[in-house]
Amino acid sequence: MAEIAESGGGGHDKGKKRAKKQSTKVDMTPMVDLAFLLLTFFVLTATFSKPKVMSLVYPAKPDEKVEKKEVEVNNAITFLLAEDRIFYYEGAFYPEGNAKGKPATKLEEANFGGGEGSVRKLLTKLNRFVLEKKVGLDAELKNKQIADSTYTRKIREAKSANEALKVLIKTDNDATCKNFIDLIDELKIADIGVIAPVDIMQSELDLVKVKTGK
Amino acid sequence: MPKSSPSIDMTPMVDLAFLLVTFFMLSSSFRTDEAAVIDTPSSISDIIIPENVIMVSIDKDGRKFFGMSGKDDVKTRLLGSMAKKYNLKFTNEQVKEFVKMTNFGCDMKEMPAYLSLTSAERKNFKTTGIPADSLNNQLKDWIWYGNLEALSAGEEAFLEATDKGLNPEANDFKPKFILKVDGKAVYVRAKQVIDVFRDLNLNNLNFVTSLEHDPRKKE
Repeated sequence: MAEIAESGGGGHDKGKKRAKKQSTKVDMTPMVDLAFLLLTFFVLTATFSKPKVMSLVYPAKPDEKVEKKEVEVNNAITFLLAEDRIFYYEGAFYPEGNAKGKPATKLEEANFGGGEGSVRKLLTKLNRFVLEKKVGLDAELKNKQIADSTYTRKIREAKSANEALKVLIKTDNDATCKNFIDLIDELKIADIGVIAPVDIMQSELDLVKVKTGK
Repeated sequence: MPKSSPSIDMTPMVDLAFLLVTFFMLSSSFRTDEAAVIDTPSSISDIIIPENVIMVSIDKDGRKFFGMSGKDDVKTRLLGSMAKKYNLKFTNEQVKEFVKMTNFGCDMKEMPAYLSLTSAERKNFKTTGIPADSLNNQLKDWIWYGNLEALSAGEEAFLEATDKGLNPEANDFKPKFILKVDGKAVYVRAKQVIDVFRDLNLNNLNFVTSLEHDPRKKE
């Protein structure tokens, strides 16, 4: 073990007492043991992935005083989330026997994943306008034909253009947050610019109920 | 053959061991003790969670928890404003406990009792979360006062940074609003919280998610 040799205050004494030559080696086993213990502990407890966040801007609450205008939505799709299923219809909603004489809206079912009938395939098809524009802009950016500030501006313009797909999300009482976030995720993958989570109408809820059989 | 010594020079190995210990010690941050276990869904978003946050968590039963980042005095002032509003008094020990907590989910009436418990006992505390219905919307008050305190603290920090001659971005000093929802929670519950935020005209929300692979990127 390490010990510090006591020297008797210099070598002036008559006896010339010399300190015994001690080994300079220290037994480091306990220290190394501890070091490995700590190492194991930190390796096992370390988490490298910090949580990520997904940003979503909600529409501001409408002012009660301002009268609601009936907005004609063109190029929109509405997703309806039920407990573990997802339905959609394109365009505006028409109930059975509506005044405009349009055929009643029918719900289609979609699924998550990348295969046939998936939300991703559907959105890629419907949002072709933005996606194609993006491919062109990506190429221009790569060839340094446009600056990246112009690129972001043009992407934003394309996303909010009239031809771009707008998405409304409605949920029934059993839809889970996982479904909701998965759907938002699909929308972000498909570069949808306008995402609006809105309240479900009773007539839509009835259609979902018929589909799910509840 | 000469008989070789049975001892090996272990110096390089020990050097490496210490290097690794140092690395892990410095790089790891301990997970804070949260009031509820929340299993977040995954998304392709790769934005790292901001520093300055007001976070509302919703567990799988739909209970709501409130937590915010910030220095100790921010939280102390927040509890002060809430105590004033709900006519409650807190002892110094209770305030200290409040500052230490990452998040909590209890009624304001239960708060003094909740703060007197030890952190282990708090885990078993039976609560229904922070009330957020229209008649008794405590969550709204927490968010409102939390936002006020975070903004004033942020303004101070902003002015300090400006004095130092830095060129700070004002937005970095404003609190960000984070929703941490369990994947199994019903969306209607999350919607209640979202509506509380929207009532306060805070429309830019962030959902905590874990990272998953982006199918647009090549492997």
